[in-house]
Amino acid sequence: MKYEMSRVVRTVTDILVVPIIIFGIYLIIHGHLTPGGGFQGGAVIASSTALLVIAYGSFGKHKKDLSSLESLGLTLFILLALIGMGSTMFYNYISGTGGLFGGTLPSLGINPGYINTGGTITLMNLMVGLEVSAALSLIIWMMSKRSGMMEPEETISPSEEVEK
Amino acid sequence: MRKSIAIVAFLVIFAFLAGAAVEMRPFGEPDQSAMDDHFLGDTQERHQVNNVVTAVLFDYRGLDTLGEATILFSAVSGVLTVLREIKKDEKEEEVATK
Repeated sequence: MKYEMSRVVRTVTDILVVPIIIFGIYLIIHGHLTPGGGFQGGAVIASSTALLVIAYGSFGKHKKDLSSLESLGLTLFILLALIGMGSTMFYNYISGTGGLFGGTLPSLGINPGYINTGGTITLMNLMVGLEVSAALSLIIWMMSKRSGMMEPEETISPSEEVEK
Repeated sequence: MRKSIAIVAFLVIFAFLAGAAVEMRPFGEPDQSAMDDHFLGDTQERHQVNNVVTAVLFDYRGLDTLGEATILFSAVSGVLTVLREIKKDEKEEEVATK
């Protein structure tokens, strides 16, 4: 109880966390249409982590999940870039083919935008968003934990970890 | 002495900045616009994307973005390494006290 904030703060956090995460996801998947993108959306999602950490003083035991999400995002980003190696790295091999994210714009010039376009740009936005949100959440979580803002948990010493 | 050096440095830098401001081209008319025109036309035609900034980030300069993502990854690795939990074994503590 020592690390939690008051009931008012916790209730407001419960209400606000969901719109913040949804707004972050919106920024990520509309990265090829509107201002924003993977980095910005990931930072918005990570801010919800900061809110949870401040209000509740604990974040569960999701360190390994966040670590693997981050590694997964970066790996898939590099793989997506490498698939285009036939012509060049980061070649946009999906755009204009007609499949998922391969649609064509309704018209050149000023147009309302169409979310099923962009090819690798949209997919890479997703991957970068995954990576950035997990990475910034990890940094916030680790720093607040070591500065005494969060309740300590039972830890495994390095030697025991090796044995397991 | 220090004050006079500061005044001279201020005047020199101010002269350079004022000269640059006087010779600046008007807004919206860059000296070389070939690259801008290429990006503005090519992005919608070839990549089918509306957001030119995102197209530059993830297509034309994708390696740059890869570097950014790698920097973030190494930053997280550094934070996790520096702030990791270290529980000293009892044997080690005995050695340290001796």
